Amino acid sequence: MTQQYIGAPITRVEDFRFLTGQGKYLDDIKLPGMLHAAILRSNHGHARIKSIDTTAALALPGVAGVFTYGDIASIAKVIPVRVFEIPGLDRYLQVPLAEQKVRYVGEPVAMVVAVNRYVAEDALELIAVDYEPLPAVTDLKEALKDEVLLHEENGTNLAGSYELNTGDIDEAFRNAEYVRKEEFRTHRHTGNPLETRGLLADFDKESGELTVWGPTKVPHFNRAILANHLEISEENIHFIEPDVGGGFGIRGEFYPEDFLVPFASMQLGHPVKWSEDRMEHLISANHSREVVCEVELAAQKDGTILGMRANIYGDMGAYVRTHGCVVPALTAGMLTGPYRIPSYHADFNCVMTNKTGTGTYRAPGFYEACFIRERLLDMVAGDLGLDPAEIRRINLIQASEMPYTVGVTRIDGRMTVYDSGDYSSAFNRALEEIGYESIKGSSGPDEHGRYHGVGVASYVEPTGFGPYEGARIVATKDGLIEVYLGITTMGQGHETVMAQICADSLGVPMVQVRIFHGNTDYLPASIGTFGSRATVMAGSAIHLASQSLQAKMLSIAAGYMDTETTSLEFSNGRVTRKAAGENADELDVAQIVALAESGAEVDGDETPVEATEYFRVEEWTYAYGSHVAHVAVDPETGKLDVLRYVVVEDVGRCINPLTMHGQSVGGAVQGIGGTVLEELVYDESGQLVSGSFMDYLLPTSQDVPNIDSIILEEAPSPLNPLGVKGAGEGAILATGAALANAVADALSDLGVHITHLPLSPNNIRSWIRRSSGG
Amino acid sequence: MSTTSTISVIVNGQEFDRIVEVRLTLADFLREELDLTGTHLGCEHGVCGACTILFDGQAIRSCLMPAVQANGAEITTVEDLSSDGQLNSLQSAFRENHALQCGFCTPGMLNTATAFLKDNPHPTEEQVREAISGNICRCTDYVSIGNLVVQAGWSG
Repeated sequence: MTQQYIGAPITRVEDFRFLTGQGKYLDDIKLPGMLHAAILRSNHGHARIKSIDTTAALALPGVAGVFTYGDIASIAKVIPVRVFEIPGLDRYLQVPLAEQKVRYVGEPVAMVVAVNRYVAEDALELIAVDYEPLPAVTDLKEALKDEVLLHEENGTNLAGSYELNTGDIDEAFRNAEYVRKEEFRTHRHTGNPLETRGLLADFDKESGELTVWGPTKVPHFNRAILANHLEISEENIHFIEPDVGGGFGIRGEFYPEDFLVPFASMQLGHPVKWSEDRMEHLISANHSREVVCEVELAAQKDGTILGMRANIYGDMGAYVRTHGCVVPALTAGMLTGPYRIPSYHADFNCVMTNKTGTGTYRAPGFYEACFIRERLLDMVAGDLGLDPAEIRRINLIQASEMPYTVGVTRIDGRMTVYDSGDYSSAFNRALEEIGYESIKGSSGPDEHGRYHGVGVASYVEPTGFGPYEGARIVATKDGLIEVYLGITTMGQGHETVMAQICADSLGVPMVQVRIFHGNTDYLPASIGTFGSRATVMAGSAIHLASQSLQAKMLSIAAGYMDTETTSLEFSNGRVTRKAAGENADELDVAQIVALAESGAEVDGDETPVEATEYFRVEEWTYAYGSHVAHVAVDPETGKLDVLRYVVVEDVGRCINPLTMHGQSVGGAVQGIGGTVLEELVYDESGQLVSGSFMDYLLPTSQDVPNIDSIILEEAPSPLNPLGVKGAGEGAILATGAALANAVADALSDLGVHITHLPLSPNNIRSWIRRSSGG
Repeated sequence: MSTTSTISVIVNGQEFDRIVEVRLTLADFLREELDLTGTHLGCEHGVCGACTILFDGQAIRSCLMPAVQANGAEITTVEDLSSDGQLNSLQSAFRENHALQCGFCTPGMLNTATAFLKDNPHPTEEQVREAISGNICRCTDYVSIGNLVVQAGWSG
């Protein structure tokens, strides 16, 4: 394999269309006869539906249809769990339109379809819903009392529980010289891609074909659900992904609207488009991150950790969504992190509340677990008189211990095995980069009255989830290499990165490679894009398919050139003789395709010149790294200034340093925003208080520092042919942990004790007030 | 009161006379009536800046303005920032600096930067940070954008 493109900072092939306004996002697509949908959503956190009157809405000129539960009742099914299912969850699933009760503000109650969105929204106001409001429960600890039940028929708000065990936890605590117990809480926030969700469905009655534009992330899975719900064949459904304005875990899961919009198109015989507004997005797309964790650590007085015990509660919202228990399960699964913790026990619990359903947000469960663990480590270090860096050095798993078996902490019953890594090296690099020794202990106040602090955090993160991903690569008579993928893309730059991999693995100039993705017709099966798996899984599939295609082209060439394939080589888009002099014969891609089309034999397999391979792996590959934050806190206002932020990530092998750096600094900024500014706040009746961008604050150019990003390639993964590990989540993962540790360090002289997020000015002020007794 | 009104606007150098609903936003007019879908809607309440266009040379949010208010105005959208199929220097700088990922905020960011550089041809980093603070990017760190705007100013 020649190495021209992998590792090079190549500018992106997709940029031109985005910079010239030629990108095609969902709402940019228009079809003849297209109608527009709008959704009536519950404005109650918890209420019984006594009646719905749609007469006036239906009578409005321009309205083509109004649908309520009664209209879908004959085929309505619950939306199933896609991943991370445990017993009990299937009792809390959502049907696309509310039947007798609404359980969160934002729950779809009716859908209007009209000539345009303005008329559709007019009609929403003409629908009369008679609600009987019910008491709501929005705090998970309150919900566990089962005084207000969301799903009465189940008799409990505890949807499911699960237990993880490694080592002998009782013995660890019996032998410990020191034990510390704390309760931590991470706050509800979410990804908020800048493009909201949307869908366009076009059902052709004559052919029976349904085409759906918009779903991303897991289109093959969504197609299967939709086929089941609409009672049509999967082969008749075509999911097409347009350009996508960010994903971050939120987008592309099967939501109620993913049934409703295609259903409406089938009913009305027109293409139907739905594009939500931001308020809808904030109340209806998945929320995330809300976890409470009681955790206890057993250690020796020298700082050696013996064991950890945790009781984790995940706030699921009102319905279990497609992600099942992923957030509490991965919080529990990754709580021990990159440290040697021989004995571990965790219970995790899924709790229903009158809030929007939850799912993943970039680094799901990992962000939460990292905050809990790293905060606890700092507290333990303080108790034992150790520097925060020292307790980590004592307990970090060493490179010599790799591969390191943690035990069974996956709910699929498989072992968690860290495949490769030098965690101490990444940690030390982060400390050196920020000058840890020189800034620690400089707590302040400075000349502005601000208190300074430094916080460290390390993580390890499963990426590259299996079990498979595929690639079909076709050589064309024009000499192009077309790569067809099942994965989708939300703005990461896959069209560039995948082309780099193909170009190197096949041996062609990158300019010859075209990447096609996000269409269920390209490959019969695909898992999708999430959990930092695309480059690991699809990239590896491309590598394998490139090798197969190269072998095939060499075979065709060998037949024509009357020699053995072993005496030929394929590079720079040409087959040449290894021992050839000048003016020797050679064949390019177009010539080889022409030979094949003229009937040349290829091991008995004739045209077309293409190869399809699936890369399969059950084990996860673990990326890792460390973050360090230097902050200054104004004790009068509670304002937090991030002075420096260092992210060190080891991704095994970096395909494109330019896009990798973009993932890193962008992820860190998103994490700083999520940790400091963003919170989905509910009142007691279940109203979302922060339901606009005026109230839910995203980080702007004035809120964030320059991020120092360092990408390491010290530990390639042994689990795939490229050695890559996932690279999209490491930089957001430890932001909550590092910043909280830095603020706690800054305010340690004031006795501030940080166990909750966000690090908002009002929270920081209230912690200072509480610790100073007024 | 009439629910429609006739407007005359110049968009990307071309004059359009149209009858529009008075409640139609300028963003929807551009996207739906003129099919200029490069102008994006991220929040529709004036915070995110994705819908920023050039309105008589000023960067404004087209989601907050009714189309009728644009009567007589000269508008430039992202589709007209470059010509002949080539990126202009600012657009090229976005690409070279990897200052975009999903591309959804990019048209608004380009228009804000274009208007800003016209008034501030040699800005400092701090001025640029302030200038683009009304445009939310959910993918990048803003630094790449800020740096290139500074560079584009000094080199342009």
